[in-house]
Amino acid sequence: MNHRMPITRRAALATFGVALAAPAIRPSFAQGAPIKVGVLHSLSGTMAISETALRDTVLMMVEAQNAKGGILGRRLEAVVVDPASNWPLFAEKARELLAVSRVDVTFGCWTSVSRKSVLPVFEELNGLLFYPVQYEGEEESRNIFYTGAAPNQQAIPAVEYLMSADGGSAKRIALLGTDYVYPRTTNRILRAFLISKGIPESDIMEEYTPFGHSDWQGIVSRVKRFAGEGKKTAIVSTINGDANVPFYRELGNQGIKAEDIPSVAFSVGEEELAGIDTRPLVGHLAAWNYFMSVDSPANTAFKTMWQAYIKNPRRVTNDPMEATLVGFQMWAQAVAQAGTTNVDAVRTAMYGQKVDAPCGYTLEMHRNHHLSKPVMIGEVQADGQFNIVWKTPGPIVAENWSPFIPENANRRRG
Amino acid sequence: MKNTLLAFLLLLAAALPARAQDAFVAALPGLAGNFNAQAEAVERLGALADPRAIPVLRALTDGRLLKRPDNTLVIREGTTTTDVLTGAATDAAGTEALRINNRVRVALRGALGRLQLVSPDPAERLAAAEAVFRTRSADNVPLLDAALARETVPRIRDRMAIALAASRLMASDPAAKLLGVEALGASASPEARAVLLEARAANPDILPQIEAAVAAIDRRLAVRRAAETFFQGLSLGSVLLLAALGLAVTFGVMGVINMAHGEFVMLGAYTTFIVQEACRGIPWLLPWSLPLSVPAAFLVAALCGAAMERGLIRHLYGRPLETLLMTFGVGMMIQQSVRLVFGAQNREVLSPPWMQGTLLLPFDIPVTQNRLWILAFSLVVLGLTVAAIRFTRFGLEMRAVTQKRAIASSMGIRTGRVDALTFAFGSGIAGIAGVALSQIDNVSPNLGTGYIIDSFLVVVFGGVGSLAGTLVGAFGLGLVNKILEPWAGAVLAKVFVLIAAMIFIQRRPRGLFAQKGRAAEA
Repeated sequence: MNHRMPITRRAALATFGVALAAPAIRPSFAQGAPIKVGVLHSLSGTMAISETALRDTVLMMVEAQNAKGGILGRRLEAVVVDPASNWPLFAEKARELLAVSRVDVTFGCWTSVSRKSVLPVFEELNGLLFYPVQYEGEEESRNIFYTGAAPNQQAIPAVEYLMSADGGSAKRIALLGTDYVYPRTTNRILRAFLISKGIPESDIMEEYTPFGHSDWQGIVSRVKRFAGEGKKTAIVSTINGDANVPFYRELGNQGIKAEDIPSVAFSVGEEELAGIDTRPLVGHLAAWNYFMSVDSPANTAFKTMWQAYIKNPRRVTNDPMEATLVGFQMWAQAVAQAGTTNVDAVRTAMYGQKVDAPCGYTLEMHRNHHLSKPVMIGEVQADGQFNIVWKTPGPIVAENWSPFIPENANRRRG
Repeated sequence: MKNTLLAFLLLLAAALPARAQDAFVAALPGLAGNFNAQAEAVERLGALADPRAIPVLRALTDGRLLKRPDNTLVIREGTTTTDVLTGAATDAAGTEALRINNRVRVALRGALGRLQLVSPDPAERLAAAEAVFRTRSADNVPLLDAALARETVPRIRDRMAIALAASRLMASDPAAKLLGVEALGASASPEARAVLLEARAANPDILPQIEAAVAAIDRRLAVRRAAETFFQGLSLGSVLLLAALGLAVTFGVMGVINMAHGEFVMLGAYTTFIVQEACRGIPWLLPWSLPLSVPAAFLVAALCGAAMERGLIRHLYGRPLETLLMTFGVGMMIQQSVRLVFGAQNREVLSPPWMQGTLLLPFDIPVTQNRLWILAFSLVVLGLTVAAIRFTRFGLEMRAVTQKRAIASSMGIRTGRVDALTFAFGSGIAGIAGVALSQIDNVSPNLGTGYIIDSFLVVVFGGVGSLAGTLVGAFGLGLVNKILEPWAGAVLAKVFVLIAAMIFIQRRPRGLFAQKGRAAEA
């Protein structure tokens, strides 16, 4: 019962907009007390493979910031919780972070399901969440800053590339994905996009598999058959997590070469490739806003810092890690500018923040809570890294409400 | 006088090949340009019949072609680097590897194919025939004609004939086109079918002939597709069989509901990884690390199983609910320990070369090698399990204890020891399954969780206590799943299989092969 009191009090305060009064009734905000940074990433369960590296990135940034003297003369303190790849548990842990640990900011979530699960908690308690993964869009919470890509910053340019001469002039597209909200929504947008480009319904194949699917023989041979109809075919993969490894292994074993049926993936990065022999995959593509192979001073600094922190000179960096880093830097700048960690003040200070990101561009946070980002297409190389074969000339602004979803037609664009 | 003569001879020697190489030399700088320039240069090199282009194009394919700051090219071969033009060994300092994209890769394949059609190496000729088939250019017709006339290996002849037919289809001469359509229609290859379908738009005049050829191929392919689906079903069944076999012993024979079964499978997969890493130090042993892992994984999982049985399970015999919860907890502990020791990342278990790629069975039925090996392996493991239960002293004691513990005990069998051994045996089989699964699934701490439900399903569906039931159950479920998949999709197919199994178990609670007689009452 005890711990529930502050919740109602905070909720009421948020509702009446008396946020400035908050420091007075929160003793943790006394002068010199540490600034608390929540980390809400799965450290066990299916998503641990991807999310553990993000926890380490936040911890690394906290340590680095403290070495620079913290923010506003206050030390940062990380509060790590483990939502264990369990979507309802994400909401409980988010509540614990906000109401019990009283964190000032949270970095967390990977899957869209987990973000959807914590969103009401962050809105109710007026928390601040930085979400670092590319996602399907269709969302814009005032309590979340999205530092990953929206569909127009990843999926659509990638498909445009496949249809270009350099990408192999694909005329038939197989959309393969894991069965949950991100692939379903992304493929809905892509289907509308392809149809707008004059590709008939019959030339689009769409298949979903459960999380952690490992028996890809049937689907891969169906893709082969789909490709054998006399038109150049490409695969667009929104397959998430572990299932990618057996999928690529099956592509290799069935002899599908990138020259014949190229595939572009939206959830496969350096970290995921670390578990497989990439030689048969050379030439398959991934679309991201950052690759470890980007040549920029900020990226060199990032890689050096990461490998020193993790004490492993072979550990890789990836796109969501970069998005976490950019989000953290922007938040630190916004807090310094606002002179307080108060959520409403930081939110206002966030708009227009700029960071020289490891992707080689200066990224800006827009009022739609999304970053402008460059899009890059990389080819898998034999050493598990990506060779960047195409990129946009500069960062592009996020369209989190996709124009390819009819329901968005009447929505105000921000 | 002597010097002048030498100089003259040198000049002559240099001038002779230089004239022949003019086009070759002229095409080279393009390789150091952007992707468009690269593709164009590769095509020019492919059109020349200059054998010096082969090592250059191969080096570009493998990423071994380097450029100097002045755009001249160098080939890296192991630790040495040689200049492309002079062939002299040079210094690799300041060079940068040339990168290519898929478009350049397609051009490279075509060019190398043209150049290697007359290679002395049969494997290269086969690859060349394949490459030229994919390029499909009328320019290749004379080349292929000549190569086909000289070819003696039947398999390569077949591929070349298809490639020739496909290239003829691109020609402008209608008679050649018809010849091509006819030859393609006589094959049973999905690729030939794709070529014919692609040609429909450009050749409305011979559309009926093309449609007839496609129909002919379709008839031949229908049988093969059925065979392919059948094999995929068997393959899924073999994976289910391997995963369920250990459970058929611990749950089927002993009646212990072991929720940590999947974790024993996972331990087997990690043992494979450890054996592989241990073999890295001894290069000649590395290809054998997978066979070596089989006994190692059996031992590791069996020891863990024995420890669990002696330490925990034996105190809970006759209390299935407590056993279920306890083993579930132990499973979570094993999973998290592995995650702490090895990290959450997947571990890479290499596939030996004999388990990669696709094998063509008679009638050109393609089967992936790793799946074929796992199918064979699962049957061997099943055979050994049956043999161990039927024909060994341990098996006899095990059956005696499960049928009537008190009588067996009064006959002098140490039932406690038999319990421990049986549980260890079942867990060991789960470990062996882990070795096989490391080849097709992720070696991650979650490996086992994906198989536990399927394993119980197979054992219950097949009939608790019956190994024959487990066999039929595994292959039956695998086949039904794969037959349904093309109609319903992977998610729904699985749902249908589960519903069907539920209805079946409602009707026949004891499964396909129900135990009869006194043993069933125990």
